[in-house]
Amino acid sequence: MKKIGKQTIKFDTPPTISECSSIVGPKEADGPLCKYFDQTLEDEFWGEETWEKAESKIIKENVSGLIAKSGIATTDIDFIISGDLLNQCISSSFGLRDTNIPYLGIFGACSTFAESLCIGSICVEGFAKNVICATSSHFCTAEKQFRFPLELGNQRPPTAQWTVTGSGAALLSQDGQGPFITHITPGKIVDLGIKDANNMGAAMAPAFVDTLITHFKDTGRDPSYYDAIISGDLGYIGKEISIDIAKSRGYNIASNYNDCGVMIFDKNAQDTHSGGSGCGCCASVFSGFWFKHLKEKKVKKLLLIATGALMNSTSSQQGESIPGIAHAVAIEV
Amino acid sequence: MDPTQSKQEYQKYVDKKSPNSPTGKNIFNAFWTGGLICSIGQIIMNICKERGFDQTTSGTIVSIILIAIAAILTGLNIFNKIGKFCGAGSLVPITGFANSIVSPAMEYKSEGYVMGVGGKMFTVAGPVLVFGISSAIIVGLLYLIFNTQAVTLV
Repeated sequence: MKKIGKQTIKFDTPPTISECSSIVGPKEADGPLCKYFDQTLEDEFWGEETWEKAESKIIKENVSGLIAKSGIATTDIDFIISGDLLNQCISSSFGLRDTNIPYLGIFGACSTFAESLCIGSICVEGFAKNVICATSSHFCTAEKQFRFPLELGNQRPPTAQWTVTGSGAALLSQDGQGPFITHITPGKIVDLGIKDANNMGAAMAPAFVDTLITHFKDTGRDPSYYDAIISGDLGYIGKEISIDIAKSRGYNIASNYNDCGVMIFDKNAQDTHSGGSGCGCCASVFSGFWFKHLKEKKVKKLLLIATGALMNSTSSQQGESIPGIAHAVAIEV
Repeated sequence: MDPTQSKQEYQKYVDKKSPNSPTGKNIFNAFWTGGLICSIGQIIMNICKERGFDQTTSGTIVSIILIAIAAILTGLNIFNKIGKFCGAGSLVPITGFANSIVSPAMEYKSEGYVMGVGGKMFTVAGPVLVFGISSAIIVGLLYLIFNTQAVTLV
């Protein structure tokens, strides 16, 4: 592997995404992508006492489902790289504590899935045979930690996004027939002073465009090179803003760009306002929808850019602005 | 033009791009639902007075009944739907206060009865209590100082 341009890494023997697995909650199952997910849940608790335990179970079952699906022995998996939204990433560490596989817990807010794919592919290119990259999020645990109790009778603004209940996991392998991760462009933190925690799309959009354009400049590619450019969870407003900013900088992405947060829910029927968000949004939509399209070669060149808002409830209350981040992963068949 | 040239410009651009809450609709719904809740309160009050309770006791009974209704509806996962529609209409009357105490109590039950329910029960209503009681004390003191009738009452 080598660094090209400012911040892109090009792989000499690109890692294969050999298998993906996804589990989503009941609301996501009512959405337009239902048939693509491996498993859908009937309720938010999944037989557990607390939402936190339910989220841990989701990531645990998703990872074991992935291992079973791939047919690889657990002992042949070198690392799990995983993260979520809860304080100190407890969903991942509690959910995966019995796996007996070396574990790296990471945090990149909603960009965590792309971050784990970046680190995972570096490991696979370097020394590891098989690495699992997984993330999860849960609507109820996220609301509890970041916003208000669920039963509180308040009104959500139209810019608010709906945290996805679900998990996505990908198995990266040294040997395989693709889809391959050919390039990664880890992003830098971009903060344009947005303070409204109910408008995450606007806070993260500049980071998305920064990583996107840096990726194009580093690789010498342009938007038309890719069949699809996918952002993590900018939602409807963030998506529009991103198209605008990219256009103003001379890149037209309107025709082949979409957002996982826009795709996962039916905005009008499901009352999800600006769309989905959370670590599980991009992970489940990629693992469920896009991976199958790559496998069937309906999409041959995909640029996945997951975005994250690097804030917590304390920083919001103290009036801090929201730093955004975006990591790009180029996947080709 | 690139809207991200400066923070101020980006904020302006985002404000323009982001849809506002439907203020007209929200205010209208808050107005009539808030009025409806208060009318229900008045009906209870009149019934109480007819049954021979005095003004203060009747007021207390109204509060107790409305709080009980709001708390039960919160527990049944109904109040949040009412609140989404009514907004300030169900938030400003005492029903909103009941909901703001019961909802965190339910949410944090998983952290135990002492530190969970007990400790977190007032996370939402806490500021209302602190500033409500503080301002009541200040107004009471002013009343005591400037109103001679009050002094004679003491």
